[in-house]
Amino acid sequence: MQGKSLKELAAALAAGETDSASLTEAALKRIEARDGELNSFVTVAGEAARGAARAADERRAGGESGPLAGIPMAQKDLFCTQGVTTTAGSRMLEKFVSPYDATVVARLREAGAVMVGKTNMDEFAMGSSNETSYFGPVKNPWDPERVPGGSSGGSAAAVAARLVPYATGTDTGGSIRQPAALAGITGLKPTYGRVSRYGIVAFASSLDQAGTLTVSAEDAAYVLAAIAGFDPRDSTSAEQPVPDYPALLGESVRGKRVGIPKEFLDEGVEPGVRETFRKAADELAGLGCEVEETTLPNLKLSVPTYYVVAPAEASSNLARYDGVRFGHRAADPKDLTDLYERSRGEGFGAEVKRRILIGTFVLSHGYYDAYYLRAQQVRQLIADDFRRAFEQYDFLVGPTTPTAAFRIGEKTADPVSMYLNDIFTIGVNLAGLPAVSVPMGFDGKLPVGMQVIGRAFDEAGILSLAHQYQQATDWHRRVPEGWEE
Amino acid sequence: MAFDSSAVSRLAHLARIGVDEKTASSLGSELEHILAMVDQLREADVAGVAPMAHPLELTQRMRPDEVTESPERDSYQENAPRVQDGVYVVPKVLGG
Repeated sequence: MQGKSLKELAAALAAGETDSASLTEAALKRIEARDGELNSFVTVAGEAARGAARAADERRAGGESGPLAGIPMAQKDLFCTQGVTTTAGSRMLEKFVSPYDATVVARLREAGAVMVGKTNMDEFAMGSSNETSYFGPVKNPWDPERVPGGSSGGSAAAVAARLVPYATGTDTGGSIRQPAALAGITGLKPTYGRVSRYGIVAFASSLDQAGTLTVSAEDAAYVLAAIAGFDPRDSTSAEQPVPDYPALLGESVRGKRVGIPKEFLDEGVEPGVRETFRKAADELAGLGCEVEETTLPNLKLSVPTYYVVAPAEASSNLARYDGVRFGHRAADPKDLTDLYERSRGEGFGAEVKRRILIGTFVLSHGYYDAYYLRAQQVRQLIADDFRRAFEQYDFLVGPTTPTAAFRIGEKTADPVSMYLNDIFTIGVNLAGLPAVSVPMGFDGKLPVGMQVIGRAFDEAGILSLAHQYQQATDWHRRVPEGWEE
Repeated sequence: MAFDSSAVSRLAHLARIGVDEKTASSLGSELEHILAMVDQLREADVAGVAPMAHPLELTQRMRPDEVTESPERDSYQENAPRVQDGVYVVPKVLGG
């Protein structure tokens, strides 16, 4: 059953050709046998998974069914899961067991999904390579010397290696789309507010959004249908109707206007990536789309804007880790300040400390106007660029990343060069828009992705374009060598 | 923006993050490097631009003023490093 689409798995389960217990056992066995090569899981929850599989099989025997019922999957270790550790990739939360489920987790559980474990990630989702994880880097199944991207690097590697059919992720500046691109799979970041943030360990609350890492856009439609929708427990959850995403995948894209912002093809883009993208854009024209060049003039300021806004919000969100109520606590504190400072000094890794300090600085007295306020103004300019572009175009497309997967260790010494890997993904978070990355070919032996950006709440539109591109191409079906069986 | 070790230590104290002397010095040059990149924001013409308050033009929702959660102190405190009789234990704050 490995390598089958969610639709095929659901059909096989419905026809009684397999059951959830067998699918779950096979996934657990494959993770046990092969994940040592990748390190994509922080926790494998075998016992809980077997219980959930039995329950799913019983529900099916009782006449219940559903597109995700009984199918194994993995949760990024940023989603709180009752009874299973949620580490956020940090020493700070190494032993944290949430007393409740995140809304995404609860909705998938309700849909009969079988969680086999929690995937590795950059610490508190701060990173683009999965190298900031306290639990060690994840390897890219396309080349074990390279990163799978981040922060949802474990989810991306696990899906690319066909350890699980799908996994969840979160995306604050590209953390779903960038690893999806680097691992040769499909990654969907919905509109800000589309999927509940309740129970997701907070990083930057005005940017964070949960989404999916899947083989195909079709699979993403099924998972999004299960997790999207209003949640009273998230104060920024959008009260918007949720369309039937799988049913809308076939909507015609003929005559749709597609803009290619020229900033997505500037000199920082590897020639191989640019060339691959040109062919992908030709495919879109072949599907009947009207493709032309456009511009997002302020996009180049998205990385500096992000590195003010996101650290500012992070410095506030991560103030909760005080060594008192939960999380790491330093031994033998001499007073309360010493308890705070040493617990946080020991519990956080280098990248998280850098970002908290940047955030503290930009919010501090005397610097607030020059940095934070100005960044929020530039953020508005960037959002206005997108708004203007969407008056003319239905979709904006470009390469998801300027390069294919880089080597482990290649960018760790220079945080800014790491940050610049997200240059094409960050603007979408700043503007709160939905976007999906789909495999569009290879630069050498490494997969690269095309990003399709849509209007707010038009996940159905971007998924239909992605799906029809995937009907015309087979890049998303390619499996890394050594992982086919 | 220049960050010597004492500037880093002040900032780290504001953020309640313990850093030793050696880390403070390397952190200083990293922060300078990051803020030099951030300084590109000065290029933007932001005259008359209202700072963004929310990525989508949605208003914050009100909810009925009703009790929706019950106290679950015991289960929440299972994650606490030190509790005693239902309260969190910290080093002495008052007195000598």
